[in-house]
Amino acid sequence: MTATTSPSSAPAAAAPSVPLWRTQLGTYLGLAIVLAGMVGLFSWLSEYFWSAETFVTIANEIPALAVMAVGMTFVLIIAGIDLSVGSVMALSAATSAAAILQWGWSVPAAAALALATGLVCGTITGAVSVAWRLPSFIVSLGMLEAVRGSAYLVTDSRTQYVGDAISWLAAPVVAGISTAFGIALLIVVVAQLVLSRTVFGRCMVGIGTNEEAMRLAGVDPRPIRIAVFALTGLLAGLAGLMQSARLEAADPNAGAGMELQVIAAVVIGGTSLMGGRGSVVTTAFGVLIIAVLEAGLAQIGASEPSKRIITGCVIVAAVIIDTLRQRRAAV
Amino acid sequence: MLGVGKDYHTTTVLHGVTLSLHAGEVLALTGENGAGKSTLSKILCGLEPATRGSLRLAGEPYAPASRRDAERQGVRMVMQELGLVPTLTVAENLLMGRLPHRMGWLRRGAMHDAARRQLAKIGLTGIDPATPVSRLGIGQQQMVEIARNLQDDTRILVLDEPTAMLTPRETNYLFEQIARLTARGVAIIYVSHRLEELRRIADRVAVLRDGALVDARPMAGLSEADLVQRMVGRAVNDLEHRPRRAAGPVAMRVDGIGRGTAVQDVSLTLHTGEVFGIAGLVGSGRTELLRLLFGADRADRGSVTLAAGPASPSTGGSPVAERTYERGFRSPLAAIAAGIGLVSEDRKSQGLLLTQPIRVNATLSDLSAVSRAGWLRRAHESAVVQGFIRTLRVRCRGPEQPVGQLSGGNQQKVVFARWLHRDGRVLLLDEPTRGVDVGARADLYAELDRMATEGRALLMVSSDLRELMAMADRIGVMSGGRLVAVFERGEWTEQSLLAAAFSDAEDRPRAEGAASASPTSPASPASA
Repeated sequence: MTATTSPSSAPAAAAPSVPLWRTQLGTYLGLAIVLAGMVGLFSWLSEYFWSAETFVTIANEIPALAVMAVGMTFVLIIAGIDLSVGSVMALSAATSAAAILQWGWSVPAAAALALATGLVCGTITGAVSVAWRLPSFIVSLGMLEAVRGSAYLVTDSRTQYVGDAISWLAAPVVAGISTAFGIALLIVVVAQLVLSRTVFGRCMVGIGTNEEAMRLAGVDPRPIRIAVFALTGLLAGLAGLMQSARLEAADPNAGAGMELQVIAAVVIGGTSLMGGRGSVVTTAFGVLIIAVLEAGLAQIGASEPSKRIITGCVIVAAVIIDTLRQRRAAV
Repeated sequence: MLGVGKDYHTTTVLHGVTLSLHAGEVLALTGENGAGKSTLSKILCGLEPATRGSLRLAGEPYAPASRRDAERQGVRMVMQELGLVPTLTVAENLLMGRLPHRMGWLRRGAMHDAARRQLAKIGLTGIDPATPVSRLGIGQQQMVEIARNLQDDTRILVLDEPTAMLTPRETNYLFEQIARLTARGVAIIYVSHRLEELRRIADRVAVLRDGALVDARPMAGLSEADLVQRMVGRAVNDLEHRPRRAAGPVAMRVDGIGRGTAVQDVSLTLHTGEVFGIAGLVGSGRTELLRLLFGADRADRGSVTLAAGPASPSTGGSPVAERTYERGFRSPLAAIAAGIGLVSEDRKSQGLLLTQPIRVNATLSDLSAVSRAGWLRRAHESAVVQGFIRTLRVRCRGPEQPVGQLSGGNQQKVVFARWLHRDGRVLLLDEPTRGVDVGARADLYAELDRMATEGRALLMVSSDLRELMAMADRIGVMSGGRLVAVFERGEWTEQSLLAAAFSDAEDRPRAEGAASASPTSPASPASA
């Protein structure tokens, strides 16, 4: 039987809502305040924190985390998750190291191989979850293991010292800042534009909001899903290159547990785990918050256990604040 | 004797119904879709409050605040949608909320004994209380649901379309149990639009129309024709006399399309510039037909042919040749690419991105029109959407307002805008005015009219006969999965439409239940 008309329809123009750019700016401002607060706190706690050296160190440490977080932002926006990024990063670093050390490849070819490795891993995750309609959580969990195993296989379970072949990527260029930081910054900017200004970005948000509605509006979600995972893999491959350039070595254990750090950065930035809502710029703030927290706790001499306890609390607190804010602004 | 007098008034759906119900009788409640049967039942069972009037139960004032409250007073309802938890056992479902336990540990023996006693009350001795509900047939599940609502203190039991999912054998069984209940003095309200069932089971029948009680009288001596007569017979709208639109060439031909028993070999021809209405009761296969035509479900037989058409942006700028799609379209994507659009029955879950702005929702059907090389032209997009907001008279603060904040009618206008944005040839509409207030409804009708005039072919399913009679040039009536009749404008009367809608009452193969559960259907599952 048909449901009868509900007696009252929702008031159309009741609550005056803030224009989009204002809420957007509010988010940025909130995160910037948190970040500044943390910097201030650590500067107060440690006399060494407020120095160019600290910030240069942070800037040169974050590119790998940042580019993976960009990919993860897209994945979360389409209501997926990719747990394999840490492993993919390690495998990409490993294949490029093997290419240079064992097969005598040129550096550009080895770099391309690293990127291709990431791309293939991501595509597999995306394609498998789309083809069999599996949750990406499960598929990427499997990939996390399988890819890590492959990294051990390629490196023979030993750290491979690449030397300074690709260290230019991590070498300071201007004021101590590396090329890698520049690349990460560029990727953040481009990704934000892709998200907000392209058809692809629009489709990602739509799929994360209501996949069935997208399908019935004529948008095929499948290629977009696969593309997002492929892109995330590619970025993890790039992160692998950045990491091995910085350390001048490919460690098969590199990036173990890093997927959680990446997800934490994205979530601190306010991207929803339920999909449909997120921003690359806020993710960048999330990355900075995590990096500052880590550097600051190290400088004030916090022990490893207390560092982890504090980091855990900060992640949850950040998400609570964001949730409250969202709920207040909710439809 | 138990006497209940009621008299209510809810704003739009129910107008001052006064009825009494006596212990041990079966009162049938019938009427068209949307006549107010469900609303009346829900008020009785505390699911919705009556906004006017009062109820008395055995002489005492009765105003249930909630379903629990109603149940405490002995008024229970078996709803159309089963309220069972499929993964739990029969016993756990039956005793949910009062499971026998000792310090939190279930007492399985006591639980199963209690469940068995309760099942025995309606003669269900063949069901093991330890069986998970998901393993039972839909009919057995229905019986378990009924058993759950049969506490000793039950005075009134409301059954809302209880046989919708049942096979004839299960129906007979249910009727036997109803007889046992009434013998114990339980009063039954039996909501159904299956007239032949009402004649078998009911002592009295109450007919609702447009939320008002038309008649309440003993069943004996009433023919089905009498009942249909009472369900109809209302003022004729001016629009119903307007001339037929000038139909253009054929746009789409449907040949013997079908899927299981839900849709059985429907053939129809749709012309450009016409509105073809589809009438029928809920469960007659109307929605299922639209889903087949849109490729949301795959047909297992028949075909859809799209006529040759002129060049248009949606066809990539070149004229299209006639093309036949065996078993319909593969997917909604294929249908949309071919120029078909669907305004679905459930705009919230299948149509809109509620948290996204109007702008995003309106242009979703064709993003290439508002982008260049993959980059959105936002100013252009805003201008396009502003245009829709004006022509469709969407009441909103602007294109950036999230769609979830709009009223139902304005949300539906955004869905319309989406299909206006894409230049299609055929638009399928499923209950386009459901949950839409009167003012917005008029805007939507005007827009439908304009779309037809501009050469689209519209296929519109509606439960509102008056709406169809006002808007459609032809009306096809579905019953039991078949298209049983097609009327031209001027040929139909409300009586003839309703008679056709009820026509499969005799040889009904329980279309809806059988179809959704049919494992024999070779059709590929819906790529949902």
